Amino acid sequence: MEANAETAESSESEADRQVSETDRTPVTFGWDGVRAGFLTCAPIAIGVGGYGVAFGVLANQAGLSVAEAALMSATVLAGASQIVAIELWADPIPVATIVLTVFAINLRYSLMGAALQPWFQSLSWKKVYGSLFFMADENWALTLRDLQSGNGRGAFLLGSGIAMWVFWVASTTVGALAGGAVGDPTEYGIDFMLALVFVALAAELWEGRSSVVPWLVALAVAVVASALVPGQWYILLGGLAAAVVEVIRYDG
Amino acid sequence: MTGELTNAVAVAPSSDALTLDPLVVAVVLAMAAVTVLTKVGGIWLVRHVELSDRLEAGLSVLPGAIVIAVLGPELAAGGPAEWGAAGLVLLVMWKSESILLALVAGVLGIVGFRALI
Repeated sequence: MEANAETAESSESEADRQVSETDRTPVTFGWDGVRAGFLTCAPIAIGVGGYGVAFGVLANQAGLSVAEAALMSATVLAGASQIVAIELWADPIPVATIVLTVFAINLRYSLMGAALQPWFQSLSWKKVYGSLFFMADENWALTLRDLQSGNGRGAFLLGSGIAMWVFWVASTTVGALAGGAVGDPTEYGIDFMLALVFVALAAELWEGRSSVVPWLVALAVAVVASALVPGQWYILLGGLAAAVVEVIRYDG
Repeated sequence: MTGELTNAVAVAPSSDALTLDPLVVAVVLAMAAVTVLTKVGGIWLVRHVELSDRLEAGLSVLPGAIVIAVLGPELAAGGPAEWGAAGLVLLVMWKSESILLALVAGVLGIVGFRALI
């Protein structure tokens, strides 16, 4: 592929090399990229549907209608933050806590989006912003892999993101409809299902030894804060404490 | 956890699947707005501000740390049945890497362990 021509510049850093690659082989934005992204991501999107069903059931148990749960999945499209939002959902709705927590959880998307900049700089803002709306963890990883392999398919993020969106909204709807049929949640262990979803999420987010310190900090701060501070602030306090400790102990 | 969810359930589930409460829609759209901000903000930022590796490292631990911060107090409030089910989810995730399988095992686990203990 075209990328081979660039190996002569191997003395440059990885980031510089990526930029110079895209300078020479322009990233295209067409149907082939959309289709490739969709087909590559579809099997993974079906798997993520497991969370979608769980989210739908929990959203329904928290008092959201099927339409409201589906609307959230269609417009937010960020699984972990949606599940945390449902955890925080109460009457009256703690609006500030929910929005702030969703923002904090999704801050990582800024880093992920920024990582795509070397390839996206030649595309129009409309294409870039339109594609980024559909960015989720899974299809971002697939897209980065495709772009790094030198295919130059700028629409891969959009296609893979549409696959995520379709299955996420559909599975949410299925879950929310099923949730309405479930009577007493404790009878089926559904009262603890949210916690189990978080255990599964944690298993996915685990990055090995580098996760140990921030996770222990988050755990300790959250457990202490939940006993001392009213409301749900322990979630943000735990997360922020871990981020601060990571910033302090970072050694390149 | 149990207490919170009981509260949430007390908010009677909407009888009509198509209900769109204006306040709920507003909160959902606010969630969507801040999420879009994070998704497009990164590319905007790298053109204007240089993020240090140190700050990036701090931001990248946020999702896992927040999940742990949610989970910690819930597990602490649970008992052997809850811990057993959580362990079961971890085990199935580790062995099969299937979310659906892990959650099914976890729910069966919680019902089973509660009946036994």
